Amino acid sequence: MKALMFGWEFPPHILGGLGTASYGLTKGMWQNGDMDITFVIPKPWGDEPKDFANIIGANSTPVAWRDVNWDYVQSRIGNVMDPQMYFNLRDHIYGDFNYMSTNDLGCIEFSGRYPENLLEEINNYSIVAGVIARTVECDVIHSHDWLTYPAGIHAKQVTGKPLVIHVHATDFDRSRGNVNPTVFSIEKDGMNNADHIITVSNLTRRTVIEKYGISPDKVTTVHNAVEPLSEELLNLEAPPGKTSKVITFLGRITMQKGPEYFVEAAAQVLHKVNNAQFVMAGSGDMMDKMIRLAAKRDIADRFHFTGFLKGKQVYEMLAASDVYIMPSVSEPFGISPLEAMQMGVPSIISKQSGCAEILDNVIKIDYWDTNAMADAIYSIIKYPAMYNELREQGLAEVNQITWDKAGAKVINIYRNLINR
Amino acid sequence: MRAICFYFQIHQPFRLKHYRFFDIGNDHYYYDDFADDDIITRIAQRSYLPANQMLLDMIKEHGKKFKVAFSISGTALEQLEQYVPEFIDSMKELAETGCVEFLSETYAHSLSSLYDPDEFVAQVKAHDKKIFQLFGQHPKVFRNTELIYDDDVASMVYAMGFKAAITADAKHVLGWRSPNFLYCSASAPKLKLLLKNGKLSDDISFRFSNPEWASYPLTADKYINWINELPQEEQLINLFMNYDALGELQPRESGIFEFIKALPRFAAEHDIQFWTPSEVVSKFKPVAELAVPYPMSWTDEARDTSAWLGNTLQQEAVRKLYSIGERVRLCTDRRIKQDWNYLQASDHFFYMSTKHNDDGSVHSHYSPYDSPYTAFTNYMNVLSDFMTRVEEQYPASIDNEELNSLLLTIRNQEQEIEKLHREVEMMRNNIVKDTTGDFPVDEEPVVVEQPVEEKPAAPVKKAPAKKPAAKKAPAKKPAAKKTSTKK
Repeated sequence: MKALMFGWEFPPHILGGLGTASYGLTKGMWQNGDMDITFVIPKPWGDEPKDFANIIGANSTPVAWRDVNWDYVQSRIGNVMDPQMYFNLRDHIYGDFNYMSTNDLGCIEFSGRYPENLLEEINNYSIVAGVIARTVECDVIHSHDWLTYPAGIHAKQVTGKPLVIHVHATDFDRSRGNVNPTVFSIEKDGMNNADHIITVSNLTRRTVIEKYGISPDKVTTVHNAVEPLSEELLNLEAPPGKTSKVITFLGRITMQKGPEYFVEAAAQVLHKVNNAQFVMAGSGDMMDKMIRLAAKRDIADRFHFTGFLKGKQVYEMLAASDVYIMPSVSEPFGISPLEAMQMGVPSIISKQSGCAEILDNVIKIDYWDTNAMADAIYSIIKYPAMYNELREQGLAEVNQITWDKAGAKVINIYRNLINR
Repeated sequence: MRAICFYFQIHQPFRLKHYRFFDIGNDHYYYDDFADDDIITRIAQRSYLPANQMLLDMIKEHGKKFKVAFSISGTALEQLEQYVPEFIDSMKELAETGCVEFLSETYAHSLSSLYDPDEFVAQVKAHDKKIFQLFGQHPKVFRNTELIYDDDVASMVYAMGFKAAITADAKHVLGWRSPNFLYCSASAPKLKLLLKNGKLSDDISFRFSNPEWASYPLTADKYINWINELPQEEQLINLFMNYDALGELQPRESGIFEFIKALPRFAAEHDIQFWTPSEVVSKFKPVAELAVPYPMSWTDEARDTSAWLGNTLQQEAVRKLYSIGERVRLCTDRRIKQDWNYLQASDHFFYMSTKHNDDGSVHSHYSPYDSPYTAFTNYMNVLSDFMTRVEEQYPASIDNEELNSLLLTIRNQEQEIEKLHREVEMMRNNIVKDTTGDFPVDEEPVVVEQPVEEKPAAPVKKAPAKKPAAKKAPAKKPAAKKTSTKK
């Protein structure tokens, strides 16, 4: 079966959970066998894994004819894409896009991030999708998250193949209800045009059904999973000489993640317990406010901010942690507690996060219930049995949550669409 | 001829209130009185009271032919006395009919049999005392918390003087054998064992009103027929269940009361009788010994102790609790003693179970907590506070060994005093009786444990008891003469 996927991020250059999930799912589907996946991203760097998917860069796809030779193409984009692909794509340019700003290869430049002119980039991405859809054969089209919905719709119109959209998050999660009308309309348009919608949790599924008015029989939940960690990361150890318990918040410090509840719970615990330290790792627009709040609660001496952590730093932080907390106000799935569990860190998550639906060996609390959060933290750092039980059972549980199972569910959805 | 042995369990724990870590050291009251009141009153209204009335009617109707046994935990009795005193009266009325036997168990419905033998014995005694106070019976048959049983428990129970124990029909212990016989313990062969017939008991307590069950609806006629169709040699059917199966688990609308009421009539047709456990023990002979090296119970699919001790949370909580057992027994503070009892209820550990299969849903049904982790946290917070209170009385700086030796000295001194008391008493008697030429009876304190309870009463009782014995001796003489004169 051939699938044409549109995504925005792909490891190792990722900005959030979307890239990790796209990668895991693609690999999981490939593990099920008989899948030929083409994955389109705005801006590949060349070091993306290519063994289970063909990567096409939107910024290497020509939309305007340029008379260039093989060697030139090879030297320009050979590290990210086979030059032959460039020429195949060039043969399928469907309109005159010379009025747009294109480069020497006739391609549109992409940042691959979330820039100010995001809407323009989304539009350009959908223009490029038209060329790709005309070139690459496929049985089904799969769009990851709202940025790629217009591209998916365009590809569906060109090929007539069924469109699956994968809702990793909605604007209701990101904005605590203050929805951006433009984003909403893009999301709604994608959902209306989709033949099937995959959501990452039942929580998101309900949002899609209730807030976007989509028929329930068109929406299926496929929970995310995790990739097994490498030996190197698993063997990371807490820094020597660590004497106090470390309680960690890891993520963007934004309204969606509920950082203020973490600070409030920390204040309660620290007023009772001496040998504990709280760490808020990450950056975001609420960081300064949180620093002020910690100072106001008189806990700043044992409440630390690390700034943005990336790659291995994340796992080093987890290895040094005794408790991991994700007090998200609204989290479509939330993969980070699963990573903490993989590292053997007992986790506390809010009931308002999607991963709470599939996890048993974690402590679930309401994000606003700072008392319950403080109770749970105290219990884990004070009672060794609690720590050990959560650590060991959590490890055993998370090791069962694998992408190939999620991949099989997605393939099943494809089959139903194709045989319809 | 066959016998059905009915036994009902009544137990309610003292539930813990939401106890935060800020409360540790500040708040020494741990219980959710509102929930306890609410739950026991509801269950009593829906189940215990109407069921008692039904049993009373049945006993009146069928004379002495209908009999049942009860096991009521001490904590449940306390709650009933406090919140539903009419139930105690109703139970007393049942007790007076002579058709109801009360069984012995641990006062706090605790797991002490597995962790703390001293505590176990103390609790059983406390419970028997309470039963005697309320219902005027000295229990003869023992039933451990949740029917937990193994060879060690058997030895302890036998040593306390019980004739029989009640336990479950774990498949891994019984194997091919049927529970429908009287067995005896392998470690204490004189202790008889009554095993629950799991299938027939659960038909009533769990499946009765389930329309998806193949045998639904269950009628008394059909049920007695099942029993009648059992192989002829299987003569003992032990039906053990929670009392709230009548009216609560199986609601009144399901017809459960009418079902039970109709049982004796159909049973009589097939010559099936209703016996109490004590009757069973005196009338049947055990067919075989039953060796149980690992504890079994009547709960969950595995019929073992994993419902309370299956995960590290539970093990840790129980271990911490019993680590201070010895110290608590040294304390004289009544509130500490009371909390100690209440904290031992097996229910607290049941709530911490992390089983996620079918058994798990049963656990969460009974649990007041939304997760086992919350249950553990709350319990440990309470226990932390309790332990600090105990420590205030006996500081941890005195280690257990030292404490043990102190304990030993105290116990020895008690025994010594006891012994001397008796000697003094004996001397006095001798001085009085000396004129009769009675030779001094030297009495070794063989059973030291017994008189500890009633120090002043014991010697007084003994003295008059001896007199008739002394009188009997001369009384025999004329009898002997009579026989001789006849010849």
